[in-house]
Amino acid sequence: MSGGGLIRAALTNRSLVVGLVLSLVFVGAALISFIWVPQDVTALDIANKIKPPSAAHPLGTDHFGRDILSMIMVGARTSIAVAVVAVVIGMGLGVPLGLAAAARRGSLLDEVIMRGNDLVFAFPSLLIAIMITAVFGPSALNAIIAIGIFNIPVFARLTRGAALSLWTRDYVLAARVAGKGAVRISAEHILPNVTNLLIVQGTIQFSLGILAEAALSYVGLGAQPPIPSWGRMLADSQTMISLAPHMAIFPGLAILLTVLGLNLMGDGLRDLFDPRIRRDRR
Amino acid sequence: MLHYVLKRLVSLAISLAVASLVIFFAIEVVPGDPAAYMLGMNAQPDTLAALRDQLGLNGSIPERYLSWVGGMLQGDFGTSYTYRTPVAEMIGERLWISLPLALYALTLSTLIAFPAGVWAASRRGSVVDMGVMGVTQLGVAIPNFWFAMLMVLVFAINLRWFSAGGFAGWEQGVLAGMKSLTLPAVALALPQASILTRVMRSSLLDTLSEDFIRTARAKGLTRRQVLWRHALRNAMIPVLTIIGMQFSFLMAGAIIIENVFFLPGLGRLVFQSIAARDLIVVESVVMLLVFAVIVVNFAVDVAYAAVDPRLRGRR
Repeated sequence: MSGGGLIRAALTNRSLVVGLVLSLVFVGAALISFIWVPQDVTALDIANKIKPPSAAHPLGTDHFGRDILSMIMVGARTSIAVAVVAVVIGMGLGVPLGLAAAARRGSLLDEVIMRGNDLVFAFPSLLIAIMITAVFGPSALNAIIAIGIFNIPVFARLTRGAALSLWTRDYVLAARVAGKGAVRISAEHILPNVTNLLIVQGTIQFSLGILAEAALSYVGLGAQPPIPSWGRMLADSQTMISLAPHMAIFPGLAILLTVLGLNLMGDGLRDLFDPRIRRDRR
Repeated sequence: MLHYVLKRLVSLAISLAVASLVIFFAIEVVPGDPAAYMLGMNAQPDTLAALRDQLGLNGSIPERYLSWVGGMLQGDFGTSYTYRTPVAEMIGERLWISLPLALYALTLSTLIAFPAGVWAASRRGSVVDMGVMGVTQLGVAIPNFWFAMLMVLVFAINLRWFSAGGFAGWEQGVLAGMKSLTLPAVALALPQASILTRVMRSSLLDTLSEDFIRTARAKGLTRRQVLWRHALRNAMIPVLTIIGMQFSFLMAGAIIIENVFFLPGLGRLVFQSIAARDLIVVESVVMLLVFAVIVVNFAVDVAYAAVDPRLRGRR
Protein backbone atom coordinates (compact mmCIF):
# COMPACT_ATOMS: atom_id res chain seq x y z
CA MET A 1 0.00 0.00 0.00
CA SER A 2 1.35 3.47 -0.83
CA GLY A 3 1.90 6.00 1.95
CA GLY A 4 -1.16 8.02 0.94
CA GLY A 5 -3.28 4.89 0.66
CA LEU A 6 -2.25 3.78 4.12
CA ILE A 7 -3.21 7.12 5.64
CA ARG A 8 -6.55 7.07 3.82
CA ALA A 9 -7.22 3.52 5.04
CA ALA A 10 -6.29 4.59 8.56
CA LEU A 11 -8.67 7.55 8.49
CA THR A 12 -11.63 5.42 7.43
CA ASN A 13 -10.99 2.87 10.20
CA ARG A 14 -13.37 3.92 12.95
CA SER A 15 -11.76 1.90 15.78
CA LEU A 16 -8.37 3.28 14.92
CA VAL A 17 -9.51 6.90 14.80
CA VAL A 18 -11.52 6.73 18.04
CA GLY A 19 -8.76 4.76 19.78
CA LEU A 20 -6.07 7.12 18.60
CA VAL A 21 -8.01 10.19 19.72
CA LEU A 22 -8.70 8.73 23.19
CA SER A 23 -5.09 7.63 23.61
CA LEU A 24 -3.76 10.98 22.44
CA VAL A 25 -5.99 12.83 24.93
CA PHE A 26 -4.35 11.00 27.83
CA VAL A 27 -0.82 11.06 26.45
CA GLY A 28 -1.38 14.77 25.76
CA ALA A 29 -2.65 15.33 29.32
CA ALA A 30 0.44 13.61 30.69
CA LEU A 31 2.77 15.72 28.51
CA ILE A 32 0.98 18.99 29.28
CA SER A 33 1.21 18.20 33.01
CA PHE A 34 5.00 18.65 32.78
CA ILE A 35 4.59 22.34 31.92
CA TRP A 36 1.15 23.21 33.29
CA VAL A 37 -1.51 21.82 35.60
CA PRO A 38 -4.61 23.66 36.82
CA GLN A 39 -3.34 23.40 40.38
CA ASP A 40 -0.15 22.18 42.05
CA VAL A 41 -0.76 18.57 43.14
CA THR A 42 1.52 18.86 46.16
CA ALA A 43 -0.31 21.91 47.56
CA LEU A 44 -2.86 20.95 50.20
CA ASP A 45 -5.96 23.10 50.57
CA ILE A 46 -7.89 21.59 53.46
CA ALA A 47 -10.50 24.37 53.40
CA ASN A 48 -11.59 23.12 49.97
CA LYS A 49 -11.50 19.39 50.65
CA ILE A 50 -13.89 16.87 48.99
CA LYS A 51 -15.66 19.55 46.95
CA PRO A 52 -17.86 18.24 44.11
CA PRO A 53 -17.10 19.41 40.54
CA SER A 54 -17.33 23.19 40.10
CA ALA A 55 -15.99 25.90 37.80
CA ALA A 56 -12.80 26.23 39.85
CA HIS A 57 -12.32 22.44 40.05
CA PRO A 58 -13.98 20.81 37.00
CA LEU A 59 -13.61 17.32 38.52
CA GLY A 60 -13.82 18.35 42.18
CA THR A 61 -11.22 18.05 44.93
CA ASP A 62 -9.98 15.16 47.06
CA HIS A 63 -9.71 14.73 50.85
CA PHE A 64 -6.66 17.02 50.97
CA GLY A 65 -8.31 19.67 48.78
CA ARG A 66 -6.14 18.74 45.80
CA ASP A 67 -7.61 19.35 42.33
CA ILE A 68 -8.65 15.97 40.88
CA LEU A 69 -8.19 17.07 37.25
CA SER A 70 -4.57 17.99 38.02
CA MET A 71 -4.05 14.70 39.89
CA ILE A 72 -5.40 12.75 36.91
CA MET A 73 -3.10 14.65 34.53
CA VAL A 74 -0.03 13.96 36.65
CA GLY A 75 -1.23 10.41 37.37
CA ALA A 76 -1.36 9.77 33.61
CA ARG A 77 2.42 10.20 33.59
CA THR A 78 2.89 7.40 36.13
CA SER A 79 0.50 5.03 34.36
CA ILE A 80 1.92 5.68 30.91
CA ALA A 81 5.56 5.59 32.04
CA VAL A 82 5.14 2.30 33.93
CA ALA A 83 3.22 0.63 31.08
CA VAL A 84 5.58 1.88 28.34
CA VAL A 85 8.75 0.83 30.14
CA ALA A 86 7.17 -2.57 30.90
CA VAL A 87 6.41 -3.03 27.17
CA VAL A 88 10.00 -2.02 26.33
CA ILE A 89 11.33 -4.61 28.82
CA GLY A 90 8.99 -7.28 27.44
CA MET A 91 9.93 -6.55 23.82
CA GLY A 92 13.62 -5.98 24.54
CA LEU A 93 14.02 -9.42 26.09
CA GLY A 94 11.10 -11.35 24.59
CA VAL A 95 11.70 -10.56 20.91
CA PRO A 96 15.38 -11.69 20.83
CA LEU A 97 14.44 -14.82 22.80
CA GLY A 98 11.63 -15.61 20.37
CA LEU A 99 13.89 -14.98 17.35
CA ALA A 100 16.59 -17.22 18.85
CA ALA A 101 14.13 -20.01 19.65
CA ALA A 102 12.74 -19.91 16.10
CA ALA A 103 16.20 -19.81 14.49
CA ARG A 104 17.22 -22.91 16.45
CA ARG A 105 13.87 -24.66 16.27
CA GLY A 106 13.76 -27.99 18.11
CA SER A 107 17.15 -27.44 19.76
CA LEU A 108 17.89 -27.45 23.47
CA LEU A 109 17.93 -23.64 23.36
CA ASP A 110 14.41 -23.59 21.91
CA GLU A 111 13.22 -26.03 24.58
CA VAL A 112 14.79 -24.04 27.43
CA ILE A 113 13.31 -20.76 26.17
CA MET A 114 9.84 -22.21 25.73
CA ARG A 115 9.79 -23.97 29.11
CA GLY A 116 11.10 -20.76 30.70
CA ASN A 117 8.16 -18.95 29.10
CA ASP A 118 5.72 -21.46 30.55
CA LEU A 119 7.25 -20.94 33.97
CA VAL A 120 6.95 -17.15 33.85
CA PHE A 121 3.32 -17.55 32.73
CA ALA A 122 2.63 -19.30 36.03
CA PHE A 123 3.53 -16.07 37.86
CA PRO A 124 0.84 -13.43 37.30
CA SER A 125 2.38 -9.94 37.54
CA LEU A 126 0.61 -9.47 40.87
CA LEU A 127 2.57 -12.37 42.40
CA ILE A 128 5.86 -11.05 41.01
CA ALA A 129 5.03 -7.65 42.48
CA ILE A 130 4.15 -9.24 45.83
CA MET A 131 7.52 -11.02 45.99
CA ILE A 132 9.52 -7.95 44.96
CA THR A 133 7.62 -5.74 47.40
CA ALA A 134 7.99 -8.23 50.26
CA VAL A 135 11.75 -8.04 49.82
CA PHE A 136 12.45 -4.49 48.61
CA GLY A 137 9.42 -2.50 49.76
CA PRO A 138 6.81 -0.84 47.52
CA SER A 139 7.70 1.49 44.62
CA ALA A 140 6.69 2.31 41.06
CA LEU A 141 9.86 0.49 39.95
CA ASN A 142 8.43 -2.79 41.32
CA ALA A 143 5.37 -2.35 39.17
CA ILE A 144 7.56 -1.76 36.11
CA ILE A 145 9.66 -4.86 36.80
CA ALA A 146 6.67 -7.06 37.63
CA ILE A 147 4.67 -6.06 34.54
CA GLY A 148 7.83 -6.11 32.39
CA ILE A 149 8.67 -9.68 33.40
CA PHE A 150 5.09 -10.71 32.69
CA ASN A 151 5.41 -9.21 29.17
CA ILE A 152 8.55 -11.17 28.23
CA PRO A 153 6.93 -14.56 27.46
CA VAL A 154 4.06 -12.80 25.65
CA PHE A 155 6.46 -11.28 23.13
CA ALA A 156 8.75 -14.33 23.04
CA ARG A 157 5.89 -16.67 22.08
CA LEU A 158 4.41 -14.28 19.54
CA THR A 159 7.80 -13.68 17.88
CA ARG A 160 8.70 -17.37 17.84
CA GLY A 161 5.37 -18.38 16.34
CA ALA A 162 5.51 -15.80 13.57
CA ALA A 163 9.22 -16.33 12.93
CA LEU A 164 8.82 -20.11 12.55
CA SER A 165 6.57 -19.70 9.52
CA LEU A 166 8.86 -17.04 8.02
CA TRP A 167 11.85 -19.38 8.23
CA THR A 168 10.21 -21.66 5.65
CA ARG A 169 9.87 -18.87 3.07
CA ASP A 170 11.87 -18.84 -0.14
CA TYR A 171 13.54 -15.53 0.53
CA VAL A 172 14.96 -16.90 3.78
CA LEU A 173 16.21 -19.94 1.90
CA ALA A 174 17.83 -17.59 -0.63
CA ALA A 175 19.51 -15.70 2.20
CA ARG A 176 20.81 -18.97 3.62
CA VAL A 177 22.14 -20.01 0.23
CA ALA A 178 23.87 -16.64 0.04
CA GLY A 179 25.71 -17.66 3.22
CA LYS A 180 24.00 -15.41 5.77
CA GLY A 181 24.08 -16.67 9.36
CA ALA A 182 21.06 -17.15 11.63
CA VAL A 183 21.63 -13.86 13.46
CA ARG A 184 21.80 -11.85 10.25
CA ILE A 185 18.77 -13.59 8.75
CA SER A 186 16.80 -12.96 11.95
CA ALA A 187 17.75 -9.29 11.97
CA GLU A 188 17.43 -8.58 8.23
CA HIS A 189 14.60 -10.83 7.10
CA ILE A 190 12.60 -12.12 10.06
CA LEU A 191 12.39 -9.12 12.38
CA PRO A 192 11.12 -6.61 9.76
CA ASN A 193 8.34 -9.03 8.89
CA VAL A 194 7.11 -9.44 12.46
CA THR A 195 7.17 -5.72 13.26
CA ASN A 196 3.48 -5.20 12.48
CA LEU A 197 2.48 -8.02 14.81
CA LEU A 198 4.74 -6.60 17.50
CA ILE A 199 3.18 -3.14 17.18
CA VAL A 200 -0.33 -4.56 17.59
CA GLN A 201 0.69 -6.74 20.56
CA GLY A 202 2.64 -3.81 22.03
CA THR A 203 -0.55 -1.73 22.03
CA ILE A 204 -2.45 -4.53 23.80
CA GLN A 205 0.31 -5.03 26.40
CA PHE A 206 0.41 -1.25 26.88
CA SER A 207 -3.29 -1.26 27.77
CA LEU A 208 -2.91 -4.32 30.02
CA GLY A 209 0.05 -2.56 31.66
CA ILE A 210 -2.13 0.47 32.49
CA LEU A 211 -4.71 -1.83 34.11
CA ALA A 212 -2.05 -3.78 36.01
CA GLU A 213 -0.32 -0.61 37.23
CA ALA A 214 -3.63 0.74 38.49
CA ALA A 215 -4.36 -2.52 40.34
CA LEU A 216 -0.87 -2.67 41.86
CA SER A 217 -0.89 0.92 43.08
CA TYR A 218 -4.46 0.43 44.32
CA VAL A 219 -3.29 -2.32 46.69
CA GLY A 220 -0.19 -0.32 47.63
CA LEU A 221 2.40 -2.30 45.67
CA GLY A 222 3.05 0.38 43.06
CA ALA A 223 3.69 4.13 43.02
CA GLN A 224 3.87 5.61 46.50
CA PRO A 225 2.62 8.99 47.73
CA PRO A 226 3.21 11.82 47.01
CA ILE A 227 3.50 10.61 43.39
CA PRO A 228 -0.10 10.75 42.09
CA SER A 229 -1.28 7.58 40.37
CA TRP A 230 -4.74 6.53 39.27
CA GLY A 231 -4.78 3.36 41.33
CA ARG A 232 -3.63 5.24 44.44
CA MET A 233 -6.38 7.85 43.93
CA LEU A 234 -8.96 5.07 43.84
CA ALA A 235 -7.55 3.53 47.01
CA ASP A 236 -7.80 6.94 48.73
CA SER A 237 -11.36 7.42 47.50
CA GLN A 238 -12.60 4.10 48.83
CA THR A 239 -13.42 5.12 52.37
CA MET A 240 -15.15 8.30 51.16
CA ILE A 241 -17.15 6.80 48.37
CA SER A 242 -20.53 7.62 49.89
CA LEU A 243 -19.43 11.14 50.82
CA ALA A 244 -17.53 12.04 47.66
CA PRO A 245 -18.32 9.65 44.79
CA HIS A 246 -16.56 12.00 42.33
CA MET A 247 -13.23 11.03 43.94
CA ALA A 248 -13.80 7.45 42.79
CA ILE A 249 -15.58 8.07 39.51
CA PHE A 250 -13.11 10.30 37.64
CA PRO A 251 -9.83 8.40 38.15
CA GLY A 252 -11.65 5.16 37.25
CA LEU A 253 -13.04 6.77 34.09
CA ALA A 254 -9.53 7.90 33.19
CA ILE A 255 -8.30 4.29 33.41
CA LEU A 256 -11.31 2.95 31.52
CA LEU A 257 -11.06 5.47 28.67
CA THR A 258 -7.29 5.09 28.28
CA VAL A 259 -7.49 1.30 28.18
CA LEU A 260 -10.48 1.42 25.85
CA GLY A 261 -8.63 3.81 23.55
CA LEU A 262 -5.55 1.61 23.41
CA ASN A 263 -7.62 -1.53 22.78
CA LEU A 264 -9.54 0.14 19.96
CA MET A 265 -6.27 1.39 18.53
CA GLY A 266 -4.86 -2.16 18.66
CA ASP A 267 -7.91 -3.53 16.85
CA GLY A 268 -7.67 -0.78 14.26
CA LEU A 269 -3.96 -1.31 13.67
CA ARG A 270 -4.55 -5.03 13.23
CA ASP A 271 -7.10 -4.37 10.50
CA LEU A 272 -4.84 -1.82 8.87
CA PHE A 273 -1.80 -4.10 8.78
CA ASP A 274 -3.67 -7.23 7.84
CA PRO A 275 -6.91 -6.58 5.98
CA ARG A 276 -7.34 -10.33 5.55
CA ILE A 277 -8.26 -10.71 9.22
CA ARG A 278 -11.82 -9.58 9.60
CA ARG A 279 -12.09 -7.21 12.48
CA ASP A 280 -15.04 -8.95 14.05
CA ARG A 281 -13.18 -12.18 14.57
CA ARG A 282 -12.00 -11.41 18.08
CA MET B 1 -2.63 -41.72 26.46
CA LEU B 2 -0.79 -43.14 29.48
CA HIS B 3 2.52 -42.24 27.86
CA TYR B 4 1.28 -38.69 27.30
CA VAL B 5 0.08 -38.32 30.91
CA LEU B 6 3.40 -39.62 32.25
CA LYS B 7 5.32 -37.20 30.04
CA ARG B 8 3.15 -34.31 31.24
CA LEU B 9 3.56 -35.44 34.86
CA VAL B 10 7.35 -35.24 34.55
CA SER B 11 7.14 -31.75 33.10
CA LEU B 12 4.65 -30.80 35.85
CA ALA B 13 7.15 -31.93 38.51
CA ILE B 14 9.97 -30.00 36.83
CA SER B 15 7.85 -26.83 36.59
CA LEU B 16 6.90 -27.05 40.26
CA ALA B 17 10.52 -27.64 41.30
CA VAL B 18 11.82 -24.71 39.26
CA ALA B 19 9.00 -22.44 40.47
CA SER B 20 9.77 -23.33 44.09
CA LEU B 21 13.48 -22.56 43.51
CA VAL B 22 12.61 -19.18 42.01
CA ILE B 23 10.35 -18.29 44.95
CA PHE B 24 12.87 -19.53 47.50
CA PHE B 25 15.70 -17.51 45.97
CA ALA B 26 13.60 -14.37 45.60
CA ILE B 27 12.38 -14.38 49.18
CA GLU B 28 15.01 -16.14 51.24
CA VAL B 29 18.29 -15.62 49.40
CA VAL B 30 18.00 -12.20 47.75
CA PRO B 31 17.35 -10.21 50.98
CA GLY B 32 20.58 -11.60 52.50
CA ASP B 33 19.55 -12.42 56.04
CA PRO B 34 15.74 -12.77 56.16
CA ALA B 35 15.78 -12.62 59.97
CA ALA B 36 17.53 -9.24 59.95
CA TYR B 37 15.10 -8.06 57.27
CA MET B 38 12.08 -9.15 59.27
CA LEU B 39 13.21 -7.59 62.52
CA GLY B 40 14.42 -4.33 61.02
CA MET B 41 17.46 -2.14 61.71
CA ASN B 42 17.48 -2.06 65.49
CA ALA B 43 17.27 -5.77 66.27
CA GLN B 44 19.29 -7.10 69.21
CA PRO B 45 21.84 -9.78 68.25
CA ASP B 46 20.29 -12.36 70.58
CA THR B 47 16.74 -11.80 69.23
CA LEU B 48 18.18 -12.14 65.75
CA ALA B 49 19.90 -15.39 66.63
CA ALA B 50 16.71 -16.72 68.23
CA LEU B 51 14.61 -15.86 65.14
CA ARG B 52 17.23 -17.37 62.84
CA ASP B 53 17.06 -20.51 64.89
CA GLN B 54 13.26 -20.52 64.91
CA LEU B 55 13.07 -20.01 61.13
CA GLY B 56 15.73 -22.66 60.55
CA LEU B 57 18.04 -20.15 58.87
CA ASN B 58 21.25 -21.56 60.29
CA GLY B 59 21.76 -24.27 57.69
CA SER B 60 23.32 -23.84 54.25
CA ILE B 61 21.11 -22.58 51.42
CA PRO B 62 20.55 -26.04 49.82
CA GLU B 63 19.71 -27.50 53.26
CA ARG B 64 17.19 -24.76 53.91
CA TYR B 65 15.60 -25.18 50.49
CA LEU B 66 15.25 -28.92 50.93
CA SER B 67 13.78 -28.60 54.42
CA TRP B 68 11.29 -25.96 53.14
CA VAL B 69 10.17 -28.16 50.24
CA GLY B 70 10.19 -31.28 52.43
CA GLY B 71 8.01 -29.52 54.99
CA MET B 72 5.51 -28.39 52.35
CA LEU B 73 5.23 -31.89 50.95
CA GLN B 74 4.08 -32.95 54.42
CA GLY B 75 1.72 -30.00 54.74
CA ASP B 76 4.04 -28.01 57.02
CA PHE B 77 4.46 -24.45 55.72
CA GLY B 78 6.38 -23.21 58.76
CA THR B 79 5.22 -20.88 61.51
CA SER B 80 4.21 -17.29 60.97
CA TYR B 81 6.56 -14.93 62.74
CA THR B 82 3.94 -12.26 63.46
CA TYR B 83 0.95 -14.45 64.26
CA ARG B 84 2.88 -17.29 65.92
CA THR B 85 0.53 -19.79 64.28
CA PRO B 86 1.28 -22.46 61.69
CA VAL B 87 1.10 -20.91 58.22
CA ALA B 88 -0.77 -23.93 56.84
CA GLU B 89 -3.59 -23.28 59.32
CA MET B 90 -3.79 -19.57 58.44
CA ILE B 91 -3.84 -20.30 54.72
CA GLY B 92 -6.43 -23.03 55.22
CA GLU B 93 -8.82 -20.60 56.92
CA ARG B 94 -8.38 -17.90 54.25
CA LEU B 95 -8.73 -20.34 51.39
CA TRP B 96 -12.32 -20.89 52.49
CA ILE B 97 -13.01 -17.38 51.25
CA SER B 98 -10.64 -16.93 48.31
CA LEU B 99 -11.29 -20.26 46.63
CA PRO B 100 -15.13 -20.09 46.75
CA LEU B 101 -14.85 -16.50 45.51
CA ALA B 102 -12.73 -17.51 42.52
CA LEU B 103 -14.98 -20.48 41.71
CA TYR B 104 -18.13 -18.35 42.10
CA ALA B 105 -16.67 -15.83 39.66
CA LEU B 106 -15.61 -18.57 37.24
CA THR B 107 -19.14 -19.99 37.28
CA LEU B 108 -20.70 -16.57 36.74
CA SER B 109 -18.38 -15.68 33.88
CA THR B 110 -19.05 -18.99 32.16
CA LEU B 111 -22.81 -18.63 32.64
CA ILE B 112 -22.74 -15.14 31.14
CA ALA B 113 -20.26 -15.83 28.36
CA PHE B 114 -21.82 -18.95 26.90
CA PRO B 115 -25.22 -17.60 25.94
CA ALA B 116 -23.78 -14.18 25.06
CA GLY B 117 -21.12 -15.67 22.78
CA VAL B 118 -23.52 -18.07 21.09
CA TRP B 119 -26.13 -15.36 20.69
CA ALA B 120 -23.66 -12.93 19.11
CA ALA B 121 -22.18 -15.56 16.80
CA SER B 122 -25.55 -16.85 15.63
CA ARG B 123 -26.68 -13.32 14.77
CA ARG B 124 -23.40 -12.19 13.31
CA GLY B 125 -23.34 -8.59 12.10
CA SER B 126 -26.73 -7.81 13.66
CA VAL B 127 -27.49 -5.16 16.25
CA VAL B 128 -27.36 -7.88 18.93
CA ASP B 129 -23.87 -8.88 17.85
CA MET B 130 -22.67 -5.30 17.79
CA GLY B 131 -24.22 -4.66 21.20
CA VAL B 132 -22.61 -7.71 22.77
CA MET B 133 -19.23 -6.84 21.25
CA GLY B 134 -19.53 -3.24 22.47
CA VAL B 135 -20.28 -4.34 26.01
CA THR B 136 -17.35 -6.78 26.00
CA GLN B 137 -15.09 -4.02 24.69
CA LEU B 138 -16.05 -2.01 27.81
CA GLY B 139 -15.81 -5.12 30.01
CA VAL B 140 -12.17 -5.78 29.15
CA ALA B 141 -11.23 -2.13 29.64
CA ILE B 142 -12.86 -1.59 33.03
CA PRO B 143 -10.59 -2.10 36.07
CA ASN B 144 -12.43 -4.76 38.10
CA PHE B 145 -11.69 -3.16 41.47
CA TRP B 146 -13.17 0.13 40.25
CA PHE B 147 -16.26 -1.67 39.00
CA ALA B 148 -16.43 -3.27 42.45
CA MET B 149 -16.33 0.16 44.12
CA LEU B 150 -19.12 1.42 41.85
CA MET B 151 -21.23 -1.61 42.74
CA VAL B 152 -20.67 -0.90 46.43
CA LEU B 153 -21.85 2.64 45.81
CA VAL B 154 -25.01 1.52 43.99
CA PHE B 155 -26.01 -1.80 45.56
CA ALA B 156 -24.68 -1.44 49.09
CA ILE B 157 -24.77 2.27 49.92
CA ASN B 158 -27.73 3.49 47.83
CA LEU B 159 -29.98 0.46 47.43
CA ARG B 160 -28.82 -1.37 50.57
CA TRP B 161 -29.28 -4.77 48.91
CA PHE B 162 -25.87 -6.02 50.05
CA SER B 163 -23.47 -5.11 52.80
CA ALA B 164 -20.60 -2.89 51.70
CA GLY B 165 -17.98 -5.34 52.87
CA GLY B 166 -16.90 -7.97 55.32
CA PHE B 167 -17.76 -11.63 55.36
CA ALA B 168 -20.78 -13.12 57.13
CA GLY B 169 -18.97 -16.41 57.77
CA TRP B 170 -19.95 -19.86 56.52
CA GLU B 171 -21.31 -20.74 59.95
CA GLN B 172 -24.17 -18.32 59.19
CA GLY B 173 -25.21 -20.67 56.41
CA VAL B 174 -24.16 -21.14 52.81
CA LEU B 175 -26.60 -18.51 51.53
CA ALA B 176 -25.33 -15.81 53.87
CA GLY B 177 -21.76 -16.63 52.87
CA MET B 178 -22.64 -16.59 49.16
CA LYS B 179 -24.41 -13.26 49.61
CA SER B 180 -21.25 -11.69 51.04
CA LEU B 181 -19.32 -13.02 48.05
CA THR B 182 -21.85 -11.99 45.38
CA LEU B 183 -20.73 -8.42 44.63
CA PRO B 184 -17.03 -9.42 44.72
CA ALA B 185 -17.72 -12.37 42.42
CA VAL B 186 -19.65 -10.21 39.94
CA ALA B 187 -16.79 -7.69 39.89
CA LEU B 188 -14.27 -10.45 39.28
CA ALA B 189 -16.41 -12.15 36.67
CA LEU B 190 -17.17 -9.14 34.46
CA PRO B 191 -13.81 -8.77 32.66
CA GLN B 192 -13.38 -12.54 32.44
CA ALA B 193 -16.89 -12.96 31.04
CA SER B 194 -16.08 -10.33 28.40
CA ILE B 195 -12.94 -12.15 27.31
CA LEU B 196 -14.72 -15.49 27.31
CA THR B 197 -17.66 -14.13 25.30
CA ARG B 198 -15.27 -12.90 22.61
CA VAL B 199 -13.43 -16.21 22.48
CA MET B 200 -16.69 -18.16 22.41
CA ARG B 201 -18.03 -16.01 19.58
CA SER B 202 -14.91 -16.10 17.43
CA SER B 203 -14.37 -19.80 17.97
CA LEU B 204 -17.97 -20.51 17.00
CA LEU B 205 -17.70 -18.32 13.90
CA ASP B 206 -14.54 -20.19 12.86
CA THR B 207 -16.28 -23.52 13.28
CA LEU B 208 -19.40 -22.35 11.45
CA SER B 209 -17.33 -21.55 8.36
CA GLU B 210 -15.95 -25.10 8.12
CA ASP B 211 -16.87 -27.64 5.45
CA PHE B 212 -18.58 -30.14 7.73
CA ILE B 213 -21.05 -27.45 8.75
CA ARG B 214 -21.91 -26.83 5.10
CA THR B 215 -22.32 -30.55 4.63
CA ALA B 216 -24.67 -30.72 7.61
CA ARG B 217 -26.70 -27.82 6.21
CA ALA B 218 -26.75 -29.47 2.78
CA LYS B 219 -28.22 -32.66 4.17
CA GLY B 220 -31.13 -30.57 5.41
CA LEU B 221 -30.41 -29.62 9.04
CA THR B 222 -31.65 -26.21 10.13
CA ARG B 223 -29.21 -23.52 11.23
CA ARG B 224 -30.23 -24.07 14.82
CA GLN B 225 -29.68 -27.84 14.62
CA VAL B 226 -26.26 -27.33 13.05
CA LEU B 227 -25.31 -24.84 15.74
CA TRP B 228 -26.28 -27.04 18.67
CA ARG B 229 -25.39 -30.45 17.27
CA HIS B 230 -22.21 -29.82 15.34
CA ALA B 231 -20.71 -26.40 15.84
CA LEU B 232 -20.82 -25.90 19.61
CA ARG B 233 -18.97 -29.05 20.52
CA ASN B 234 -16.20 -28.34 18.06
CA ALA B 235 -15.89 -24.73 19.15
CA MET B 236 -15.24 -25.70 22.75
CA ILE B 237 -11.47 -26.36 22.66
CA PRO B 238 -10.25 -22.74 22.67
CA VAL B 239 -13.00 -21.87 25.14
CA LEU B 240 -11.79 -24.54 27.57
CA THR B 241 -8.20 -23.25 27.30
CA ILE B 242 -9.32 -19.78 28.26
CA ILE B 243 -11.42 -21.08 31.17
CA GLY B 244 -8.33 -22.92 32.44
CA MET B 245 -6.19 -19.81 32.11
CA GLN B 246 -8.83 -17.69 33.79
CA PHE B 247 -8.46 -19.61 36.99
CA SER B 248 -5.04 -18.07 37.63
CA PHE B 249 -6.30 -14.58 36.79
CA LEU B 250 -9.26 -15.10 39.10
CA MET B 251 -7.07 -16.20 42.01
CA ALA B 252 -4.84 -13.15 41.50
CA GLY B 253 -7.88 -10.94 40.93
CA ALA B 254 -9.47 -12.24 44.12
CA ILE B 255 -6.47 -10.91 46.06
CA ILE B 256 -7.24 -7.40 44.77
CA ILE B 257 -11.03 -7.57 45.00
CA GLU B 258 -10.86 -8.82 48.60
CA ASN B 259 -9.34 -5.46 49.40
CA VAL B 260 -12.38 -3.59 48.12
CA PHE B 261 -14.80 -5.62 50.24
CA PHE B 262 -12.58 -6.12 53.31
CA LEU B 263 -12.86 -9.87 52.91
CA PRO B 264 -10.50 -11.81 55.18
CA GLY B 265 -9.10 -14.01 52.38
CA LEU B 266 -5.63 -14.80 51.07
CA GLY B 267 -5.25 -11.29 49.66
CA ARG B 268 -5.69 -9.63 53.03
CA LEU B 269 -3.29 -12.15 54.57
CA VAL B 270 -0.64 -11.39 51.96
CA PHE B 271 -0.85 -7.61 52.32
CA GLN B 272 -0.80 -7.76 56.10
CA SER B 273 2.20 -10.07 55.91
CA ILE B 274 4.03 -7.73 53.54
CA ALA B 275 3.40 -4.84 55.92
CA ALA B 276 4.58 -6.96 58.88
CA ARG B 277 7.55 -8.27 56.85
CA ASP B 278 6.40 -11.79 57.57
CA LEU B 279 8.33 -13.39 54.71
CA ILE B 280 7.38 -16.97 55.61
CA VAL B 281 3.69 -16.27 55.04
CA VAL B 282 4.33 -14.37 51.78
CA GLU B 283 6.53 -17.19 50.50
CA SER B 284 3.92 -19.85 51.27
CA VAL B 285 0.99 -17.96 49.77
CA VAL B 286 2.92 -17.21 46.56
CA MET B 287 3.99 -20.85 46.31
CA LEU B 288 0.44 -22.05 46.84
CA LEU B 289 -0.96 -19.76 44.12
CA VAL B 290 1.76 -20.71 41.63
CA PHE B 291 1.13 -24.37 42.48
CA ALA B 292 -2.58 -23.90 41.76
CA VAL B 293 -1.90 -22.24 38.40
CA ILE B 294 0.56 -24.93 37.26
CA VAL B 295 -1.67 -27.81 38.36
CA VAL B 296 -4.81 -26.36 36.77
CA ASN B 297 -3.00 -25.87 33.46
CA PHE B 298 -1.74 -29.45 33.67
CA ALA B 299 -5.29 -30.68 34.28
CA VAL B 300 -6.57 -28.69 31.28
CA ASP B 301 -3.85 -30.15 29.03
CA VAL B 302 -4.66 -33.69 30.10
CA ALA B 303 -8.41 -33.09 29.74
CA TYR B 304 -7.87 -31.97 26.13
CA ALA B 305 -5.75 -34.93 25.27
CA ALA B 306 -8.51 -37.16 26.59
CA VAL B 307 -11.08 -35.37 24.43
CA ASP B 308 -9.00 -34.84 21.31
CA PRO B 309 -6.43 -37.56 20.51
CA ARG B 310 -4.76 -35.31 17.94
CA LEU B 311 -3.37 -33.14 20.74
CA ARG B 312 -1.42 -35.99 22.36
CA GLY B 313 1.34 -35.83 19.77
CA ARG B 314 1.97 -32.13 20.31
CA ARG B 315 4.75 -30.89 22.61
